[in-house]
Amino acid sequence: MRKTITILSFALMAILCCPDASAQKNPSQKEIAAALQGYFTPVKTPAARPDDRGFIRRWLLLDPISVPNRTNRVFTDSYTRESILHEWFPGQLSKIPKDGERERVEMEVQPPVNLTAGRPAADTPVPGLRKVNLYWHALDSDVFFQKLFRMAANLGNTRYGVLFWGVTIVNCEEDIENVRLAIGANNAAMFWVNGEELILVSGDRHMNIDNALSKRITLKKGRNVIRAAVMNGPGMSEFCARFVDEEGRPVTNFTVTLE
Amino acid sequence: MRKRLTVATLTAAATLSAVSAYAQVGSPFIHDPSTIVECDGKYYTFGTGGGGLISADGWTWESGAVRPGGGAAPDAMKIGDRYLVAYSATGGGLGGGHAGRILTMWNKTLDPNSPDFEYTEAVEVAHSLPDEDCDAIDVGLFLDPNTGRLWCTYGTYYGNIRQVELDPMTGFRVEGNEAIDIAIDCEATTMIYRDGWYYLLGTHGSCCDGANSTYTIYVGRSRSVNGPFYDNVGRTMLEGGGKKVISSERRRIGPGHFGRFVIQDGIEKMSFHFEADLDQSGRSVLAIRPLLWVDGWPVAGEPLLKGSYEIESQRNGYALEAMVDFVRTQGGMGGASRNASGQAVVKVESQKLEDVQDSWPQGTVKAMCNYYVDRPWQRWTITPVPEAGGYLGGPYYKITISGTDRALTANALAEVEVAPAFTGAPNQLWRIDQLTDGNYRIMPKEVPGHPDCNYALIAIGDVTPTLAKFDFNSDNSKWKFRLYDPQN
Repeated sequence: MRKTITILSFALMAILCCPDASAQKNPSQKEIAAALQGYFTPVKTPAARPDDRGFIRRWLLLDPISVPNRTNRVFTDSYTRESILHEWFPGQLSKIPKDGERERVEMEVQPPVNLTAGRPAADTPVPGLRKVNLYWHALDSDVFFQKLFRMAANLGNTRYGVLFWGVTIVNCEEDIENVRLAIGANNAAMFWVNGEELILVSGDRHMNIDNALSKRITLKKGRNVIRAAVMNGPGMSEFCARFVDEEGRPVTNFTVTLE
Repeated sequence: MRKRLTVATLTAAATLSAVSAYAQVGSPFIHDPSTIVECDGKYYTFGTGGGGLISADGWTWESGAVRPGGGAAPDAMKIGDRYLVAYSATGGGLGGGHAGRILTMWNKTLDPNSPDFEYTEAVEVAHSLPDEDCDAIDVGLFLDPNTGRLWCTYGTYYGNIRQVELDPMTGFRVEGNEAIDIAIDCEATTMIYRDGWYYLLGTHGSCCDGANSTYTIYVGRSRSVNGPFYDNVGRTMLEGGGKKVISSERRRIGPGHFGRFVIQDGIEKMSFHFEADLDQSGRSVLAIRPLLWVDGWPVAGEPLLKGSYEIESQRNGYALEAMVDFVRTQGGMGGASRNASGQAVVKVESQKLEDVQDSWPQGTVKAMCNYYVDRPWQRWTITPVPEAGGYLGGPYYKITISGTDRALTANALAEVEVAPAFTGAPNQLWRIDQLTDGNYRIMPKEVPGHPDCNYALIAIGDVTPTLAKFDFNSDNSKWKFRLYDPQN
């Protein structure tokens, strides 16, 4: 009897902690602007330029997918690749989403973090797999990097144990040869340019600029699609990305759009 | 059986020697050590969770330091005739909330047995809210030698590292002072100053995972106490940059929580912990290394390991040697002679100890310096003597002619000689400190009849070593050890 009550209590707690995630709605632009003030601004112009140091600040970012890792010790190369490449939503390596577009993602929903308490016990019950509505947000970062943690924490509840997807488009007036994608990420991450996987970083790492660089590539005349996936356990998820030339100087002669 | 026992004993002794050169002895177990502080002739460091270590000589450490408040990663410094101790009471940590508090308190002494030992009530000088881009833990204290202003840095991987100003008289936060962000995503920050540069040191990598921790100490520098702090390739620490100071070394993994200790001009030490010492059950241990300065950057030196070396004077490059007859090497006379052309190239053996030692006097001979030509009387074996105690960061060594027991010795005339045998006497034990420029000071534990002189090995002439006052600004005082490798 006592056991039954305990199980029912846990189930009730899980329901109370995690309102029906499938019914989650996309916040309005005004709500997003208010929630992300100081970190991101909703995109208002058709095109942007990289900043003076080449950092690409305009991205379409998807609400975090919950992957409840309690530690960053799990992020080996294999685990990182397998976890990211699991098919979370259709076309995740090819699509150019629209601002506000919804993805239905099956994931392990986590109870909200109790900010006035310590870490939840490892055996804390979780609701299990659910189909959840996640939304793409077209955002300009207010700083040189994308503070994914703030997007997650300020727009929703899932702040730790997360996987973020990002997409942006670099438009070149002519081919730009011998450039490298240069990134920093907290934590494990993968990056693609025009569908080709260029960078994978794993382990327990913090973000620093030019932490990992791709091989030399050519940014072709016209559209070039840059795609990012960043995973983290506990900690502040974030990433930065730019292109640099042979001498390590930032490449800035392109525009950034999201369509 | 006896032979086996002897072999086992020798193996154990060799292992002990290897350990002793690298690791503090006693019970140096601590996590997140504070900067080492000297109080009434003893050394103290405090760690996470309360308490800390005490050492009478800086080499052998035992628990016994007392710090109330619990919490994490304290720091300590002497200001005037009092000691300021800071620590943090952290929040939820990983996966939880991030409300943290930095607190400071004073004590007149760090000796818990002193009647004056009493901490003042701890006061909060900074904090973080449960959900802001900072977690107020891992405090570091810095007294600016240019201005006398006291600064405090804190934070961890959760967002920004912050700096606030404290009142050096009270330890309180300066009224109206606003915290500024000076770095992101690191731990255990602290600041130091040298030659017009302010340095911010922090620990990158993962903590608290034993031998799998990737903790590594990094540094950035600025002309301003408030930053921005740049690394060697132009990244600021607010961009995640940093130049490496020390990383894991073989069986000691995960250095973190830097602290600087200046002994005197040209001799500095850095303290930190290794997350795991594989020779000590993989436990977190206090470590001390020479602190070198290379092109304006702090770099960790290494302990001098047991081995056979040339000891080279930096005065003119002569090598320290026992004063015995020069014995010519047999062979090796090919030179550039035309007659040698067409002959097979052969390996000529180096001169061996047995080739020459019968000609050496049985008793004490003088030590001198001369051109280095790789001779047995110029080869010295440096061996830690763990049972002889030590000094801040190192054990005493014996210095003997390789393959013999003939020992470098300080005599009562404050001259240096080579005695026929090592007795373990203090005048045959040598303190070896790596200097901030990478050279070494070699100093006898004791000079007979000169108890308070603190003499070191000095080349007063090109061929003449003696024991005299150390001067960091003179190459006469500096020596280099070049490893003797008979195969190369």
